[in-house]
Amino acid sequence: MLELEKNNLTREIEEFAGNYNNNRTALMPLLEYIQGKYHHIPDFAQQEVARVLDIHPVEVYGVVSFYSFLNEKPKGRNIVRLCKSVICDMGGRCAIAKAIEREIGVKFGETSPDLKVTLEFTNCLGMCDQGPAMIVNDRVYTKLDPETACAIVREIK
Amino acid sequence: MKHLKTSRSPISQQAYVPKPPENLETIGGTVTVQINGETITVPFGTTILEACRMADIYIPTLCAHEDLGIGGHCRLCLVDVEGMRTLQASCAFPITSPIKVKTSTTAVRKARKHIMELLLSEHVGECYACVKNGNCELQTLAKELGVDHFTFGHRTESKFPVDRSSYSVIRDMDKCINCRRCVRTCIDLQEVGCLEAIGRGAETHIDTFMSKPLADVICINCGQCINRCPTGALYANDPSDEIWRAIEDPTKHVVIQTAPSPRAAIGEEFGLEPGISVTRELNTALHRIGFDRVFDTNFTADLTIMEEGTELLTKLKKALVDGDKDVKLPQFTSCSPGWVKYIEHFYPDYLDHLSTAKSPQQMFGAVIKTFYAEQAGIDPEDIVSVALMPCSAKKFECNRPEMTSSGYKDVDYGLTAREMSNMIKEAGLKVPDLPQSDFDNPFGLGSGAGLIFGATGGVMEAALRTVYELVTGKEVPFENLRIEPTRGFEGVKTSSILLEDCVPEYSFLNGVTLKFMVAHGTANAKKVMEMLVAGELSDVHFIEIMACPGGCLGGGGQPIPTNARIRAARAKAIYAEEEMLPVRKSHENSHITEFYRKFIPEGPCSQKSHELLHTHYTKRGKFIV
Amino acid sequence: MIPNDVTNTIHDSSLLFSSYEAGSALKKALNMTREDILFELKASKLKGRGGAGFPTSTKWMLVAAAKGDDKFIICNADEGEPGTFKDRVLLMNYPFLVLDGMVIGAYTVGAQHGYIYLRGEYVYMRDYLEDCLAEMREDNLLGDNILGKEGFNFDISIVMGAGAYVCGEETALIESLEGQRGEPRNRPPYPVNTGLCGQPTTVNNVETLATVPHILLMGGEEYAKRGTASSAGSKLFSVSGDCDKPGVYELPWGITINELLEKVGARDTKAVQVGGASGVCVPKSKFNRTLSFEDAPTGGSIMIFNESRDMLHVLKNFMEFFVEESCGQCTPCRIGNQKLLEGVEMIERKDYTFSYINDLKDLAHTMKVASKCGLGQSSPNPFLSILEDFKDEIFLTKCNGGV
Repeated sequence: MLELEKNNLTREIEEFAGNYNNNRTALMPLLEYIQGKYHHIPDFAQQEVARVLDIHPVEVYGVVSFYSFLNEKPKGRNIVRLCKSVICDMGGRCAIAKAIEREIGVKFGETSPDLKVTLEFTNCLGMCDQGPAMIVNDRVYTKLDPETACAIVREIK
Repeated sequence: MKHLKTSRSPISQQAYVPKPPENLETIGGTVTVQINGETITVPFGTTILEACRMADIYIPTLCAHEDLGIGGHCRLCLVDVEGMRTLQASCAFPITSPIKVKTSTTAVRKARKHIMELLLSEHVGECYACVKNGNCELQTLAKELGVDHFTFGHRTESKFPVDRSSYSVIRDMDKCINCRRCVRTCIDLQEVGCLEAIGRGAETHIDTFMSKPLADVICINCGQCINRCPTGALYANDPSDEIWRAIEDPTKHVVIQTAPSPRAAIGEEFGLEPGISVTRELNTALHRIGFDRVFDTNFTADLTIMEEGTELLTKLKKALVDGDKDVKLPQFTSCSPGWVKYIEHFYPDYLDHLSTAKSPQQMFGAVIKTFYAEQAGIDPEDIVSVALMPCSAKKFECNRPEMTSSGYKDVDYGLTAREMSNMIKEAGLKVPDLPQSDFDNPFGLGSGAGLIFGATGGVMEAALRTVYELVTGKEVPFENLRIEPTRGFEGVKTSSILLEDCVPEYSFLNGVTLKFMVAHGTANAKKVMEMLVAGELSDVHFIEIMACPGGCLGGGGQPIPTNARIRAARAKAIYAEEEMLPVRKSHENSHITEFYRKFIPEGPCSQKSHELLHTHYTKRGKFIV
Repeated sequence: MIPNDVTNTIHDSSLLFSSYEAGSALKKALNMTREDILFELKASKLKGRGGAGFPTSTKWMLVAAAKGDDKFIICNADEGEPGTFKDRVLLMNYPFLVLDGMVIGAYTVGAQHGYIYLRGEYVYMRDYLEDCLAEMREDNLLGDNILGKEGFNFDISIVMGAGAYVCGEETALIESLEGQRGEPRNRPPYPVNTGLCGQPTTVNNVETLATVPHILLMGGEEYAKRGTASSAGSKLFSVSGDCDKPGVYELPWGITINELLEKVGARDTKAVQVGGASGVCVPKSKFNRTLSFEDAPTGGSIMIFNESRDMLHVLKNFMEFFVEESCGQCTPCRIGNQKLLEGVEMIERKDYTFSYINDLKDLAHTMKVASKCGLGQSSPNPFLSILEDFKDEIFLTKCNGGV
């Protein structure tokens, strides 16, 4: 990270936490904000968050590592999360996953080397009545089959 | 939007004291409960576990520890509470109504055994090849719960590499059972914050920030986590193999200094009750093991008082007489290497307040490889200097690059009481059964003032005895030299002593009230530092801080277990031994005066003493690269 | 409204999805005393719709009676139970019903602030819900002196979850709101006394809150006429799996599984998982069981499996879910679920002994009573029920051509 980027990040964190009186209750929204903007929460950011909220860096790390949607390691700019819960599974999750993997040459659980896309399985998306479903970034796609799923993923690739 | 102040640590991890009902007065503040059919009356809010202990009913516990907040993680202490659908963790259940408890139903016994079998299934390693063999809570409980085979398997392949990066603390997470005592110790008890539960579900484990090696994070090496770890997952970096090699090497002259705290506690490793000092038996053991000389760290504790006391008086003079605004008061003690590293990390801008005097261990190291080598006619290169300490941070301290005033590594090895007891056992000796013997000269005499360094407040008491007498020419006005305001286990103690009828040299102190504070445990140190940062301590002159709860006697290298009762017993032993000593003031120690006369005739805080007996500190800061 | 291909299919709605004018129940509530509202709720016998079924009137009464500098009401929209999606439908189609319910709750318990803990997977609803809140603020349904009620100040904020199923447990949810790892707390103390930031807090499911306005409009006794004796009123069921008409159904409590299957157009049904992954799996022979707190309780998840499905595979999916989603804090849940999953894998590999499977069943019973929170207490349910009710399918496998 460049010094300039670091300074920007620090300013953002301080501003954000200031709205919460630098209280620990700001932690989740703050981490979500950083994750959304930088696609991960770098260790520098974690330490700055800890400093601003007056908690220990390891506590921030503990929180980041607890939640599936927060990551300390860089993820792709686009995250594809395919539901693996039992109903989507019965609807052909496995075939869809393999098709996507073939289509873009990245395995589930991995990030493409150009950091463009990350493929992940996720637990129930709450779309069981119209599964199989996946979320690409913040958008939901339902009633997938291998072909439509690949078309969606190709768009971002 | 309103934001309330939340507590630092999860509420679930803090001791929960329920709000008493408003009519507490009329109902008497107690609750009558039935445990296994027996009726017992307990104070409102007592946990079931505490109530059972009052009734002499044994409940197995693992994640519970008297020094720490409530966990409720391990679930071994489950009991049956009538009317509740599930079993309840007795450590976490406050009694607020007249409940009926059963502690040994079939379901309870089965659940406890299942939980133990689950823990063992994830616990890698064999007992006989483990540092905690024989003193392991997991092992003991497995036996108590009647585990005779691994019902749910036993993992043999390692999941985590052993972290040996630290000079002081080794982490073997394969043995960890996720009781989180270390987390509660590090975050809540010590407020250092190196260890936390990381990950979720099956991946949950204890780790450092970004899973970095312990040496690279802000660990202060206090070793309190080691003292509270129920398994062998955390232990100190043991140098005893190298020490054995040195002892067996005829070209090496191996000397050992022993600090007061391990002497008051090492008996526990040999089955003695806490609170029995075995100083002179230990001397015999060390001689028999093959140490060429056994010295008393009390000697350099006295030296520390001379240096630190003089430093304080010099600072006071500068501030009061010369009106020097740059003098940093209050002055902090610097004997505790855990505390030194704490302030280097957390309050690097306040290092000027820290006395530059080295700790007794490092003073001794420097003196042994200079003065002693010269006197005894031994090449310092051939001297191996070992320090028996109650402390894991001393291992880090002796490896600090600045600790080479003698031209060599001043102290070669820091050894904990636990490691020493193992060496003694290896040699086939039993300390309590040995005859008594004396320390070796020329450092055979330590004063009682040096001895009480082992208890929190001891350094302050020792310093006051000397400073008061130097300044006023009279003994401190306390019966039998017991300066009570410095004693006891209160977290932060504040008191003062009026300096009157001063000798001419110190007439500038006439009528000055010397205000001092004593704190132990870095959580209390933090309170003091926050007061300092807020400018509330401008009238305080001298502050003693020890990193470990209870001071050195509760150090991270002391026998396990530790709790308030054991620490109090050790303190009692130290204070009792002290009153038996002929010399009880550092400046009256004839070996000290002799030492200064022969070796540093210019006296304390002179240039030579600065070269040898003082040090400097590093602004480390909190940022982890 | 929401730029997604989410369609909310609602079948059979008797109450919750009937027309509701935003604010109407709230207006009525503010003309009632707190005691009156609690009385109506008590008469309605409304029980929490998240699955645990704690009487809502009792919970609100405890919070109303508790002493605290502040009180909070939290809407639990962390709908993570596999097979459940009713809250999604409620929040997207009837947000004002839920929000009015929250304001009424706040008025009743004396809360000044409310939080909607929305699961991270539902992030696409956030902007819409924020718009709804803004609209309510404009209409003085939120803010200071709501609808002219002197001294009743209340506002709601939305906090996003970040992908942790266990945060649906109320104390874990509170920990998460406080910026902690979402690990359930020891109880007691209960949130009604010591909740968010140590203050009295009520945590209610989306559906519970959405039911409250209707109860106030129609009267508690009237509401209690539906359903069964211990399960009053109606319930939203999220139906998915092998059926013609998946979607949300509002049906009175006490309906049998058979009746439900008929309604949703399920044929060839072999098993129904009632209550999501942590619920129980009901085999064909027991389809006359009723959906109710006294028989087969559910937070609303109904997953239907037809004859072609491999029940061991279903079980494995559930156990994988729990191994991943356990908070990892207490021993029985953290390690126990791993052991159960390993057991399932052994059966899959045909590398098991019945004595070990029985040990695991024993362990499962221990987990039900020894775990710290509802997750670990209910995660062995599918293990026990599937291995028991489908043992022929699972253990009587083909061997060298014969059975």
